[in-house]
Amino acid sequence: MDNFLAARSQMALSLGFHIIFSCIGMVMPFFMAVSHYLWLKTNNPVYKNVTKAWSKGVAIFFATGAVSGTVLSFELGLLWPTFMKHAGPIFGMPFSLEGTAFFIEAIALGFYLYGWNRFNKWFHWFTGVVVGISGIASGILVVSANSWMNSPTGFDFINGKYTNIDPIKAMFNPAWFSQALHMSIAAFAATGFAVAGVHALMIVRKMNINFHKKAFRIAAVFGVVASILQPLSGDISAKMVAKRQPAKLAAMEAHFKTEEYSPLIIGGIPDVKNKKVNYALELPGLLSFMVHDNFKTPVTGLDQIPEKDQPPIAVTHYSFQLMVALGMLMMTIGVIYFIALIKKRDWFNKHWFLRLFIAATPIGFIAVEAGWTVTEVGRQPWIIQGIMRTKDAVTPMPGIGYSFYLFTAVYLTLSIVVIFLLYRQIRMVPQIYDTTNPMHTKN
Amino acid sequence: MLMLYVVILFLWLALLLYLVMGGADFGAGIIEMFTSNANKSRTRRIMYNAIGPIWEANHMWLIIAIVILFVGFPVIYTTMSTYLHIPLVIMLMGIIARGTALTFRNYDAVIDDMQKVYNKIFVYSSFITPLFLGIIAGSAVSGRIDPQADTFMAAYVYSWLNWFSVAIGFFTVALCGFLAAIYLIGEANDEAERKSFIRKARIMNIAAVVAGAAVFIASITEHIPLVQWVFGNVIGITAVSAASISLVMLWYLIYRGKRYIIRVLAGFQVTMILLTTTYKHYPNIVILKNGGYLSLIGDRGADKTIEALGVALLIGSLFILPALIYLVWSFQRKPNGSTNHH
Repeated sequence: MDNFLAARSQMALSLGFHIIFSCIGMVMPFFMAVSHYLWLKTNNPVYKNVTKAWSKGVAIFFATGAVSGTVLSFELGLLWPTFMKHAGPIFGMPFSLEGTAFFIEAIALGFYLYGWNRFNKWFHWFTGVVVGISGIASGILVVSANSWMNSPTGFDFINGKYTNIDPIKAMFNPAWFSQALHMSIAAFAATGFAVAGVHALMIVRKMNINFHKKAFRIAAVFGVVASILQPLSGDISAKMVAKRQPAKLAAMEAHFKTEEYSPLIIGGIPDVKNKKVNYALELPGLLSFMVHDNFKTPVTGLDQIPEKDQPPIAVTHYSFQLMVALGMLMMTIGVIYFIALIKKRDWFNKHWFLRLFIAATPIGFIAVEAGWTVTEVGRQPWIIQGIMRTKDAVTPMPGIGYSFYLFTAVYLTLSIVVIFLLYRQIRMVPQIYDTTNPMHTKN
Repeated sequence: MLMLYVVILFLWLALLLYLVMGGADFGAGIIEMFTSNANKSRTRRIMYNAIGPIWEANHMWLIIAIVILFVGFPVIYTTMSTYLHIPLVIMLMGIIARGTALTFRNYDAVIDDMQKVYNKIFVYSSFITPLFLGIIAGSAVSGRIDPQADTFMAAYVYSWLNWFSVAIGFFTVALCGFLAAIYLIGEANDEAERKSFIRKARIMNIAAVVAGAAVFIASITEHIPLVQWVFGNVIGITAVSAASISLVMLWYLIYRGKRYIIRVLAGFQVTMILLTTTYKHYPNIVILKNGGYLSLIGDRGADKTIEALGVALLIGSLFILPALIYLVWSFQRKPNGSTNHH
């Protein structure tokens, strides 16, 4: 396997794996804290049971996210030493703050998981909230480091030298806010839908209905609110991409020709050779409107970008389309949820309603992976936009292919084991967690 | 440039705390490895109660150290990660396997034969991770890293595969086991358990002495000036003497039935070992084959970065240290709380 391709694949695999665990690890503590709050306020033991069950999930996801995150902090150097040699001191600031946030999260989790009946009940609850807050802070900081790669600032690049370094300016680079916002909301949407979907399945299967209904309601609220807000943050993100990374935006849209009334291209199969998109739905002027707030101003197309500076068009376009489509689907489900909440309370018991959520279980995470692909593949061939090419950053050590196979095997095994553990957690709900209603089980 | 020294101090402290707290944590797995099958589950229970609330935090020190390196000293970070790629990957595999196996065995809702799988993975990775951490640390100063190397073996394998580095690896393993055994002596519920941990501590102490001797022998045959680093200066000699005296005290106090002071003394031992081995060649933390050095002072990142990093570490420690101390203290005060584990 080609060394450069292997390094890119290993990085993509590691990030793709880590992103799922870190999203769940930073969002689920909030579900847990809400349920815990309801237990403290209502004294309804079902909430306590839901809290305990979720805290096990948090522990499993946190541990897996923590080790895969540790691995990533080494992989940056193992795979991209030339990048890190120059970029480390510039964009490293958020990582050093993230170290603190991550540490606090680990300490708070220790208090929370082992603190039942040991501390003041509100202090114990508060440590659970701290787990969530420090998790979100970690996520925002890491994304802000990534956004620096998309919009590098905080240094001067003169004759191949990086001078006048300002790490604080680099941390608050122009893209940090839009990217951090988009990713944080995505984490809530994806985790909310995934958790709600699993509990909806249990309700449909008539297992411990009371337990799963309460769990479903908490997770679903987070998921649907986030999915309704997400298109707004997506719009902010896209405008930032258009401004700082016109090549990425053009690839996302498969927008080949720079012209007035640039069309929004939906779907379709990009034909890179002939510079056109087949079978797409084109809405004239809409792309111009979304980027420039008027229908006329042309949007930079791929024809304005030298071929050697273009990202892989098909992958970026498909990933973007997939992300948007799934986002829209989640938003629609979100709207249906609110209709149910306000007008049609009985929908919550309808199987079609629950089946909608069951079917939607994985789509948030598919959208997260697709969005991550857009931002990373769309930045190619650059590792630092416009400054350093990815191929110039790769390690000189040959044989990275073997390392990639090893990491693939390990992450695949871990994924299977985690799914297996969650399956067991859910199967054991009647025996371990649902003390109030043990008879409502099929077993 | 005050902040540079703040950053260097934090790097050293992070390494020390990782060695002590993470080390005791790894050591718990090593102790489990050398426990007879009859006593394994009991050892496991004591160990889990002892390290459960804090084990995630113990491993954060490694992240702090690595972040300091790549933000503040990028050349050191990238040189090590290029030429020590292979042992680093093995160590990472150990970290992944250990962290997940420990969590999975505690949180698997069903107790069945899978526990045996988790246990096996946990004990082997508890051994392999510190072994390779030691190998990496040894390789940094062994003078085998060769940026001019023209073969794969010379650049990426002989950089770390030598007797000196491997001996340091085994020394690290023994040290971790020793720390864990000393810690667990204080957690024992009855006299039989206590005796068994004391026996473990003795074995690990002997192993550390043997491995330490091997390190010195290897340093002589491989022409690494370790003897000079350790004994060639006042600080080195003082630290070695202090460590030796404290070791005698440690054993005396173990038999007198002390719980907490022996932990402090064991931590002191490790501090002295790290001090003697890093003091003399400071600020050079990577020694290259051509005689060149990578220095914490000469190879630091931009001044503004060091300033910001120092401030971030100081502020961070204001949050971390009180919380961590309170965590350790609360679970020390009343061990064996309700953890609702099966």
